Amino acid sequence: MIALVDYGAGNLRSVRNALDTLEVESVIATTPQELAGADAIVFPGVGAAAPAMAALRGRRMDRALIDAIRRGTPFLGICLGLQLLFERSAEDGATCLGILSGTVDRLETAEKLPHVGWNTVDAVAPHPVTAGLEGKAMYFTHSYVVAPQDRSVVAGQTTHGVPFVSAVAVDTLVGVQFHPERSGSAGLGLLGNFVRFANQERARAAQADHSLP
Amino acid sequence: MLLKRIIPCLDVAGGRVVKGIHFRQLRDQGDPVVMARAYSDQGADELVFLDIEAAPQQRATLVDIVERTARSVFIPFTVGGGIRDVDEIRTLLRAGADKVSIQTAAVQRPALITEAARLYGSQCIVVAIDAKRETDAGWRVYTHGGRQVTDLDAIGWAMDAERRGAGEILLTSIDADGTQNGYDLPLTRAVANAVQIPVIASGGAGHPKDLAAVLTEGQADAALAASIFHEGVFPIADTKRYLREHGVPVR
Repeated sequence: MIALVDYGAGNLRSVRNALDTLEVESVIATTPQELAGADAIVFPGVGAAAPAMAALRGRRMDRALIDAIRRGTPFLGICLGLQLLFERSAEDGATCLGILSGTVDRLETAEKLPHVGWNTVDAVAPHPVTAGLEGKAMYFTHSYVVAPQDRSVVAGQTTHGVPFVSAVAVDTLVGVQFHPERSGSAGLGLLGNFVRFANQERARAAQADHSLP
Repeated sequence: MLLKRIIPCLDVAGGRVVKGIHFRQLRDQGDPVVMARAYSDQGADELVFLDIEAAPQQRATLVDIVERTARSVFIPFTVGGGIRDVDEIRTLLRAGADKVSIQTAAVQRPALITEAARLYGSQCIVVAIDAKRETDAGWRVYTHGGRQVTDLDAIGWAMDAERRGAGEILLTSIDADGTQNGYDLPLTRAVANAVQIPVIASGGAGHPKDLAAVLTEGQADAALAASIFHEGVFPIADTKRYLREHGVPVR
């Protein structure tokens, strides 16, 4: 079962509809317990960082998210759900989850902001979830971008006047700046990759449990 | 590189997609959800539903269309037409709309833009502007489906809407609308140059060359059209091929 992180303001509906189309069961998680018990977690987010972090803390879901990700629960962060993985957001000075080191900064570009529309993802690093993403156009809507301290987590790059990080991947954690749930068949493809990856990870974890003495 | 967006507009009345000239002689074009899905499959980048009746008693029908569309269409879509307050905005976003377009209510009470942007984020607040050339010097904003003149200058109002938190401007030329003679390029260029946020050009598309012109000379970020797509003369795929061949970057 995939848990969708509900902090009260994000629109979970389109992600849920996309998972329904892929015939994957999902549950809207509003408590730390629901995150702790999840096979995989998708964290879709829109809007500003500070109110989202306040809502997560209010529901005691911040700690549960950090624990689940550290335990290796397959995780997909979308848009704000990617940005909140970092330490701090310049958007409103919010302290974020700090699972990845680095900050969230305003995109310094001479082009129009917000960056709204379809743009391609390039320089895609190999990861089961990003398979097939290279060169595909995905739908973006944002003004802030992540700046990871450790460049090895970068799994995709997009250019809007200047290049910025549009995907990160490290072990079972993946985050994307675009909206796969709004990116047509290419987006459904990425969500399908994540679902398959989560199933494989679960199978592997179950086998590892079995082989314990 | 950010690609130019092609956006079919679906005018909705009584739960059906209709097309008429100046709200008269409405012709039935089909089921909104079926058409939305078909456009998405053909390569539309985004969709706009416009409730042209904008009657409060029809809202349940519109919400139902939005819910059904969201279940089977996985590209962004905007809903507009007679939206007056943040409660209506919330209802439509919860039903699955990605963005809402506000027009007359934003002119009557500009604070609505700020309130809505604060609650739901600028990314989902599109301010629609209907503009008509008044003198050689500029364009005047009209409301109520183009029937009521205001004292607002279109360029000034676009800048004000941006300052108040609009995420995009949907700009319709009343002069060009329905003519199929091409978009109002000077108007579109003037507004696109005055604001930082994306501008969606609307009104006047009769041929893919009109879209090419407004996306290059007109400096629009997206082009919206209705009849050229609905009537099947220029399907989305053909339009996009034409644009690609003429150097306009599209998906």
